[in-house]
Amino acid sequence: MVELTLPRNSQIKSGKTWPKPEGATNLREYRIYRWSPDDDENPRVDTYYVDMDRCGPMVLDGLIWIKNNIDPTLTFRRSCREGICGSCAMNIDGTNTLACTKGADEIEGEVKIYPLPHMAVVKDLVPDMTHFYAQHRSIEPWLQTTTNEPEKEWRQSHEDREKLDGLYECILCACCSTSCPSYWWNGDRYLGPAALLQAYRWLIDSRDEATGKRLDNLEDPFRLYRCHTIMNCTQSCPKGLNPAKAIAEIKKMMVERRV
Amino acid sequence: MSMRTPLGRVRGLGSAKDGTEHFWMQRVTAVANIPLVLIGLWLIISLVGDDYQMVVTKLSSPGWTVFLVLFAFSVLYHMRLGLQVVIEDYIHTEWTKILLLLLNTFFVFFTGAMFVFAAFKLAFGG
Repeated sequence: MVELTLPRNSQIKSGKTWPKPEGATNLREYRIYRWSPDDDENPRVDTYYVDMDRCGPMVLDGLIWIKNNIDPTLTFRRSCREGICGSCAMNIDGTNTLACTKGADEIEGEVKIYPLPHMAVVKDLVPDMTHFYAQHRSIEPWLQTTTNEPEKEWRQSHEDREKLDGLYECILCACCSTSCPSYWWNGDRYLGPAALLQAYRWLIDSRDEATGKRLDNLEDPFRLYRCHTIMNCTQSCPKGLNPAKAIAEIKKMMVERRV
Repeated sequence: MSMRTPLGRVRGLGSAKDGTEHFWMQRVTAVANIPLVLIGLWLIISLVGDDYQMVVTKLSSPGWTVFLVLFAFSVLYHMRLGLQVVIEDYIHTEWTKILLLLLNTFFVFFTGAMFVFAAFKLAFGG
């Protein structure tokens, strides 16, 4: 839905400035979005000071340091701390990325952190991913075959396997989809770059026998064609993938099967 | 609050199995518009300073009549496709969306009819 102004109860207020850690000489300022479902308060931005001499180099290290040393109520998702689980995706310094692979030294001035844009917030930096995961489920991201199963594995040539490079690495962190204006305005019907990149990963898998059915499922003015090649997805992907190109390839397949 | 499952909501009314024609024709008319608009610009510049009678004489030739009709068709077709996308992107109230999509189509057909009428009047009107 197009919302150019925030509803009154979503407008962000300036929040609390937490005390600086004692005796620290190398301080870094963090400004973090806070919202809790448990009170009727508006969202606010709290200010924290991290002692960089006692903290790791990544933005996620800073968040964990704040949670351990200043404010245990600060809520965020994290798991692997090495860019493979996709849990700590958030908006840092104006760009969607993974907190664990973003170095605090890559950011000038204070470190501003918000949840992924245009998602319902569960608490603080935790967005509700239910719809995003359901969209991924809807493209049926598994091998589909009709031919009798071979005795061993489904075979694939080296060349065909190489076609999956740049696609299989997606960790479903949602940085791309939530950076896409088309997904903001029409995310209820537009599948978004992450789900479409996964759709393409199965469309060009030489072992899959459901290519036509998959294309039928995507051929829709909203599911696929809301992509207007804005390219925010490719720009934000923390894994360096190119969802915009994958979507363009799907459109090419759509045209190819009719001309 | 709906108790429908997330997957049910995503699947919704199913795929429209449509949109590729729209996508393809937007590209076809875009390619056609490159020479048509360039020639159109050149035509306007070449008419600067001519008096009314000279302009009428030039535009009433068969070649320019065909050009004007092609120009109107391609540019207006392209405009209708583009504006349709803008309306679908930003207008989410169902009746407003339908109304604007109708007006978009009506406007393009009306403008096209006027354009073709003018070209034919120049060619055959005497």
